[in-house]
Amino acid sequence: MISVLAVEIPYWGQSLLRVLGGLVAVLLPAGAIVYLFLFKMMSFMQSRLGPMEAGPYGSMQLLAEVGKWLQKEDISPDNVDKTVFKLAPVVVLLSTFLLIVVVPFGPEAVFADLDAGVFYFLAVGSVSVLGILMAGWASANKYSLLGGLRAAGQLIAYELPMVLATLGVVIQAESMNLNRIVEVQNTEAIFGFEWLGNPFVITQFLGFLIFMIAVQAELTQPPFDMPIAESELVSGYMTEYSGFRFLMFFIAEFATAGVFAFIAATLFLGGWGVPFEWFGWDNLDDVSWWMNIVGPLILFTKMLALVFVIMWVRFTYPRFREDQLQTFAWKFLIPLSLANIAVTAILKVAV
Amino acid sequence: MTELSERQQLSYIASQAADARLNVELETEGMTLNIGPQHPATHGTLRIIARLDGEQVVWAEPSAGYMHRGYEKLTEVRTFPQVTTLINRIDWLGSFANEVPFILAAEKLMEIEAPPRAQVIRTILFELSRIANVSLFLGDLGVQMGATTPAFLAFRDREYVLNLIESATGGRFHPNFDRIGGLKDDLPKGWINETTAVVKRLIGFCDENEDLLFGNEIFQSRMRGIGVIPAHVAEEYGLSGANLRASGVDYDLRRDNPVGLAWDKADWKVWTHPDGDSWARCWIRLQETRESCKIVLQLLEQIPAGPIMTKVPRIIKVPEGEAYVSTENPLGEMGYYVVSKGDLGPFRVKIRSASFNNISITPWVLKGVYVPDIITILASLYFILGDIDR
Repeated sequence: MISVLAVEIPYWGQSLLRVLGGLVAVLLPAGAIVYLFLFKMMSFMQSRLGPMEAGPYGSMQLLAEVGKWLQKEDISPDNVDKTVFKLAPVVVLLSTFLLIVVVPFGPEAVFADLDAGVFYFLAVGSVSVLGILMAGWASANKYSLLGGLRAAGQLIAYELPMVLATLGVVIQAESMNLNRIVEVQNTEAIFGFEWLGNPFVITQFLGFLIFMIAVQAELTQPPFDMPIAESELVSGYMTEYSGFRFLMFFIAEFATAGVFAFIAATLFLGGWGVPFEWFGWDNLDDVSWWMNIVGPLILFTKMLALVFVIMWVRFTYPRFREDQLQTFAWKFLIPLSLANIAVTAILKVAV
Repeated sequence: MTELSERQQLSYIASQAADARLNVELETEGMTLNIGPQHPATHGTLRIIARLDGEQVVWAEPSAGYMHRGYEKLTEVRTFPQVTTLINRIDWLGSFANEVPFILAAEKLMEIEAPPRAQVIRTILFELSRIANVSLFLGDLGVQMGATTPAFLAFRDREYVLNLIESATGGRFHPNFDRIGGLKDDLPKGWINETTAVVKRLIGFCDENEDLLFGNEIFQSRMRGIGVIPAHVAEEYGLSGANLRASGVDYDLRRDNPVGLAWDKADWKVWTHPDGDSWARCWIRLQETRESCKIVLQLLEQIPAGPIMTKVPRIIKVPEGEAYVSTENPLGEMGYYVVSKGDLGPFRVKIRSASFNNISITPWVLKGVYVPDIITILASLYFILGDIDR
């Protein structure tokens, strides 16, 4: 029996809470990212105001957009493979929900506290490739097919640097449990200086950079947006989708950005925690219950900071060519991350 | 030549046969990709038929004509002053520049010349329309490669140029301002000061764009060494404008073909680039925008006083004869071959528009490139659909 604020909750209640929590944890970051960054920050960078009509400063614009998509006709062309075509956006969105399961939002606020949490998110992170390939193949469109194949090649190529960059963190934290990684970052010290804890962004800076580059590629954001490449492939694997199915791809894109930023914040920025030293906590069991409420807010803030960087790059850079992208992954990022692991391991044993 | 033993010869034949078998087994079927007529990269309705092997182009062919409006034929049923309304819409981003060569051709047939003040103002407006045209190209270049910000910066600063053109001529996109024998109106009050400020702003935009886009390493790696056109090939295909100068050919009609406009009164430079790749073509256009700004700034200070119109009859009849006048338009050489039979309107007009010749090189230059490079090469060749199809 799990109790929340000393009230015992039956199993069905827990399940309901988890489903609602999962929806909030996926949709809220997606909405925040779309409004704050896609609508507003992009506009300010491009010397315009962005949406201003719907609600104060256009804050209700997102609801208007969702309403627009819901009203649109759900078109599926004649030659598409109907089942696969309709299933593809669901699979893509599903991978986002699978990812959020292991993200710790507080000492006890985790959907599933897996011992191999890092392994789990690396594994399910590539499920979206399946959905994208399905969409590309089933659309019966040459542009979609090219986009789908590019996406598959790209996501697989950048899965490796991501795994290798994460390994550095795992070596340093000596655990694959994400909550344990948070605990280590907030309790350890850098050269005896305890006030800041030991966020791995400092010791694993190279790993952090590689991870963020790989995240950028996994999200197919510019400069890695060849699968969508609106000036070449119209809209890549999303070309034939409209209405609610397009909305699902759209939500998945930004929700995944949020989830990957959550994970990056957990791995490198100390996750939901602040340095435990500040409140005199020694380890995870010491942490007060109210961190379950404040923790998500802290994590959310860190997530927004990381997404800001992702979006900043997105609105500034032109995109790579497919072969340049592969070269960058295989000849530059992977050797660099291997070196990072070697150095981390040597220092871990030696120090 | 070295002697081969029998054994070596046999092993060579065997390896060739193995290769052939492998090629048959692994042979991939080509895919024909229609880029356009409706496609974001074609600025309108150009269709590029590309046969692909994987993502590599084996064969490509442009198919124009989806936006043919028949302007050459339509001019035959218009009077001479009415024709400018039509030809405004050929290269719709730099409309004023389209009017000038036609008017010059008509003036040549009538053996009249616009007064000096009109000539200088014509040149200023010509260069302003070049700035309006090419600044949009510089922004659009980013969009073709997925960077959205430069486009908005371009639209922001181009707006001021369009405002200038509007306040002088009354039309933002289609001024219809040039007249046989001069100009429709004189410049409005305060226009010169305003223009000086705006042109300086545009120079700032060029610097900004050079920092943001041209200095970007991804942009350079996408552009350098891609779509190389050697000088002799460029000349054979009849390229003109920045595309020709990017291949190292020092040829600019503003300098080499004086037609009476005031370019020789300003101090400016014709830029060339030895590389001939996409990067060179974009870089030349960036430099030319700066040169245009310099020309405008210099000419603004030496607009002579006087009338803006010579004496022309109320009803214009152009004497019998033929004339060809071409100028260096934003997209390249644009010329009008005007045949008159002494009527109110031209008997026949042949329009030599720059983009039509510029895209004729696509089958040659697209062979063997990857699909993403099609987009950058087309972007760097810079065509306007109205200029191709007329």
